[in-house]
Amino acid sequence: MFGLANPDRFLRFTRPLTPVVWGLAVVLLAVATWFAFAAPEDYQQGDTVRIMFVHVPAASIGLAAYAALGVSSFFALVFRHPLADAAARAAALPGAAFTALALITGSLWGKPMWGAWWAWGDARLMSVLILFLFYVGYLALRASIDDETRAARAAAVLGLVGLVNLPIVKFSVDWWNTLHQPASLLRAGGPAMPAVFLTPLLTMMAAWGLLFLAVWLTAIRTEIVRRRVLSIRARRALEA
Amino acid sequence: MLDLDMGRYAAFVWPAWAISAVVLAALAARALLAARRWSAELRRLEAERPAKD
Repeated sequence: MFGLANPDRFLRFTRPLTPVVWGLAVVLLAVATWFAFAAPEDYQQGDTVRIMFVHVPAASIGLAAYAALGVSSFFALVFRHPLADAAARAAALPGAAFTALALITGSLWGKPMWGAWWAWGDARLMSVLILFLFYVGYLALRASIDDETRAARAAAVLGLVGLVNLPIVKFSVDWWNTLHQPASLLRAGGPAMPAVFLTPLLTMMAAWGLLFLAVWLTAIRTEIVRRRVLSIRARRALEA
Repeated sequence: MLDLDMGRYAAFVWPAWAISAVVLAALAARALLAARRWSAELRRLEAERPAKD
């Protein structure tokens, strides 16, 4: 596993793997979409239950992507490993996009079900908004410092600090009284939903997870190649 | 059989799915195009002076 921390080995290992992950993600997305619209409408939520099939995967992957960013930032800071920094950087944009989708689709579900697009006093909504702001801060920090080494170190510190927010997002519905409903998947006693909704939801989560993995692997590979290009250009500029 | 009639919730369900589809497609396209661009640039540089680098 740690052998993959070598960029050359990582490129060799992920070269045949990445297209397979892309292919699986596309197939699973099609299957999950079919399941989502083949499911019956919920007796309370009506057809808005279908928003859950995109909202829950977006929120889960947004959270998981930040965990990947934070752990990679830790390895980048402590071991100064360039691949860890590339992994953190590559997780930031897709993570921000997934989190933004969670906020937007949650809002589109909230209006017909709660009667409000947004609730400022809700701990789950606010902690997810803060997660999105950590992503934006990370991307902005990297973009604002010209020296890539300094930018990477500063962003890694921010990435690590943001890890504190992850358990707050997860447990906000248990620690505070929130408008947002409590956990219905990862909870004691098993998922609190019937199989007709659980099957499309889990299939969609697997599809989005694979899509994130495909985008992430591709972006890490691209980052390694980009650094090689910059290094060759710098060397040639010195020689000229 | 697929149920595509979202009834009175159509104005909420379809935008949620449409925005998700656009964002996922944009993420995928961006990742694949960047990969192609930087790989082509590396190949070009290596073809110029393969021995020295």
